[in-house]
Amino acid sequence: MAIDKYMRERFFPHIWCPGCGHGTILNNMLRAVDELQLNQNEMVMVSGIGCSSRISGYVDFHSLHTLHGRALAFATGIKMSQPNLSVICPMGDGDALAIGGNHFIHACRRNMDITAIVMNNRIYGMTGGQYSPLSGSGITATTAPQKTIDREFDITSLSLASGATFVARTTAYHYREITKYIKEALQHPGFSVVEILSQCPTHFGRRNKLGDAPEMLKLYKQNTTRIGSEAKQNNPELIERGIFRQEIAPEYCAEYAELINRVQQG
Amino acid sequence: MAKPKVQGHQIKRSWCKGCGICVAFCPKEVLELDQEQKATPERASQCVGCRTCERMCPDLAIAIELEQDDDATN
Repeated sequence: MAIDKYMRERFFPHIWCPGCGHGTILNNMLRAVDELQLNQNEMVMVSGIGCSSRISGYVDFHSLHTLHGRALAFATGIKMSQPNLSVICPMGDGDALAIGGNHFIHACRRNMDITAIVMNNRIYGMTGGQYSPLSGSGITATTAPQKTIDREFDITSLSLASGATFVARTTAYHYREITKYIKEALQHPGFSVVEILSQCPTHFGRRNKLGDAPEMLKLYKQNTTRIGSEAKQNNPELIERGIFRQEIAPEYCAEYAELINRVQQG
Repeated sequence: MAKPKVQGHQIKRSWCKGCGICVAFCPKEVLELDQEQKATPERASQCVGCRTCERMCPDLAIAIELEQDDDATN
């Protein structure tokens, strides 16, 4: 395969469960890197903790497997010291928005040129299926045997409100969109958030009787629609897919370089 | 553009975990799970080379080989 050169094949088969959407995200993310012909020696992947964060071990880039929720903090340090590197931060929903919620908000606000990929499976899979902030209401989890009472949480709304300059959402079913949006995000000169809904058949699917991986993927097809589609007007319950924002704003590292320049000339 | 000619399915059996995604989403019903729950091209001649299995495989275990494979990413 064309993407073989970006993989650390010695670590395969990977640790993810049969049918886990994270593998499909890895598959199509590497295709985005390949299509852009990026130099893997100039790429850094920084991840935190959780199933999703194991992804950094499988790519043949510079990689850091860091603290739970703190991937963006490490990524910020890397980008500040080496702004020429392309930095990707794959995170889980709990990693990005619960444990690392504050890092996430302020990374969006700063608009540093980092690509954050939130692999949202709506559960803490690695530790046995505890519900996460993204589980929403009426979900069964090991820590919610009588179903969750929490309200829904929306990654794209939070990213938009926090000031991310590129925000997109797709699912593990829409593999072409994964490649397309990650390509756009990697090329975007600012903070990019790509939310990818990812199936966890082992914990989320099984406990909520959603069927196996193919059944869960079919639900992504049924329950999502393109932004602004007619289907959304007829059925507001549908989850929108697409690019929510793509705009240019001052990038943090560029602003910092300018500041140094200004002070030195002082 | 002419229809791509499929040369074969390269399946890494040790990577395949038998989730059945390729079987479920192949538009031509080419793939099946064998007795060991590994994906296998049961009806390889029906393959049209769309690469849906290759792109959806969460184990990165499938590669479709096409003749004149100059654009392997699409």
